[in-house]
Amino acid sequence: MQIPLVDYLVLGDEPYLQANECTNCGARFFGRRNACAHCGHREFKPVRVSDTGTLRTFSIVYRAAPTIPTPYVSAIVLTDDGTSVRSNLINIEPDPAKITLGMKVKLDTYVVGTDDDGQEAVAFGYAPV
Amino acid sequence: MAQDIWVLGTHMTAFGRYPDQDAVDLAAAAALGALDDGGVTISDMDLLSCGTLFQANAGMGQQVQKQIGQTGIPVYNVSNACATGATALRTVIMAIRAGEADMGLAIGVEQMGKMGLLAGGARKEKNVYEPSGRFGAVMPIDGILGTDTMPGVFAQAGMEYANDNDGVGFEQFAKVAQKNHAHSTLNPLAQYQKEFSLEEVMGSPMQSYPNTLLMCCPTGDGAAACVLVGEERFATLSREQQSRAVKISASVLTTDPYVESGAMQPDVNTLTRNAAQTAYEQAGVSPEDLSLVELHDCFATAELIHYDNLGLCEPGGAGDFIDRGAPWRDGDTPVNVSGGLISKGHPIGATGVANVYEVATHLRGEAGDRQIEGANVGLAHVIGLGSSCGVHILEKSGIS
Repeated sequence: MQIPLVDYLVLGDEPYLQANECTNCGARFFGRRNACAHCGHREFKPVRVSDTGTLRTFSIVYRAAPTIPTPYVSAIVLTDDGTSVRSNLINIEPDPAKITLGMKVKLDTYVVGTDDDGQEAVAFGYAPV
Repeated sequence: MAQDIWVLGTHMTAFGRYPDQDAVDLAAAAALGALDDGGVTISDMDLLSCGTLFQANAGMGQQVQKQIGQTGIPVYNVSNACATGATALRTVIMAIRAGEADMGLAIGVEQMGKMGLLAGGARKEKNVYEPSGRFGAVMPIDGILGTDTMPGVFAQAGMEYANDNDGVGFEQFAKVAQKNHAHSTLNPLAQYQKEFSLEEVMGSPMQSYPNTLLMCCPTGDGAAACVLVGEERFATLSREQQSRAVKISASVLTTDPYVESGAMQPDVNTLTRNAAQTAYEQAGVSPEDLSLVELHDCFATAELIHYDNLGLCEPGGAGDFIDRGAPWRDGDTPVNVSGGLISKGHPIGATGVANVYEVATHLRGEAGDRQIEGANVGLAHVIGLGSSCGVHILEKSGIS
């Protein structure tokens, strides 16, 4: 059994992220909104977010709460359809010399933990293309 | 036209660690200091506004009254992340402008001790996964889906600027911290007063690339306060009080308007730009007129991008601005001559009042060894994630 780390990650043969898109202005949100933070419209539709994009910014985090493995690369990715996503860069060395702003990346998933019932939590990250 | 508001008295405690005092003691010391400095008493105050973040539900303003005088005036306890102190000031300013008060006391205080890393949650090991919260998360996402930690979030804000502009990298960010540590050696109120070489800054333990330990503000304790007065009451004060008073020529608070990436990475730029533009218009001054700036350098990466947000440099030119030494105390626009949050310290609720204290002290010509000679206009900026931005522009009295 697998369960997504967050509800906007849709699992399957080709996992993808799902956003709520304002039907008036097209602004996209992960998580629910009562009205659009951009235009105030109150209707949204679920949309599939592009799984490729570019690295907008990053930080290599060495200092975190004790149970969180470090270092890790925190990143903001701008997908090819113009949606900002917060996640980790994966399958890359946490070395500033290896990470280039603007580099092409692609969504990938991995098992991040297993609970007492044997259920696996699946997280997503972005890997260099 | 709303009436002019003046800082009549101001005081701050030294920032640092106060294991033998509590936040009420610190706030009371700052409050009495500001009243004495202005030549007035608690009986002259028509209202009190008190800002603290981590003790926001403690009724801090009323606790301070018990220490310095229970006169029955209204108290407004405010909390607005790192913009808490600026919000306390604005609460008094708005009351005076609304005609409900002639004179009021604004206090900012925080006692953090050695609180360590702010934000970023621990992960539980043993459990059964159940989606919860706004994202239906089965475990805390910090460290899996990016970072919640403050050094990391502000690192990303800086690296985004580096992505968009040439000539900005680790070294430029490090130079910011080198400057602020050097400046702090002249400020006896600073939590740390030690100079470091650029190599020492860059070589200190990495917290969140590109922010090393010496590029991050410490946690700490402290308080600051201002007595504010409207122009009608100001006109009745003594010549000495009037000549030492400092005019508040702009007071602005903004929040972050919608931007596409804002829900993923807090946008600390747009609200700062909006606040600065409004403040320059209110005051009728431009960035070139500023004798000094105290801005919100919670991390070195933050200070660099605010050079651009506050219009202190050419658009996109923050890297060049620090490279040519412009924000040093002998440069074009001295920035954070107090040592900034990085070295003066950042007891959160106190910061937005302490910045105004610093600027006012220079405008009065009373800043001692760190005095910027001939200072006549200064700007104080704070930003709290979430987000709120406070900008105040202050001018020398001109009355002698």
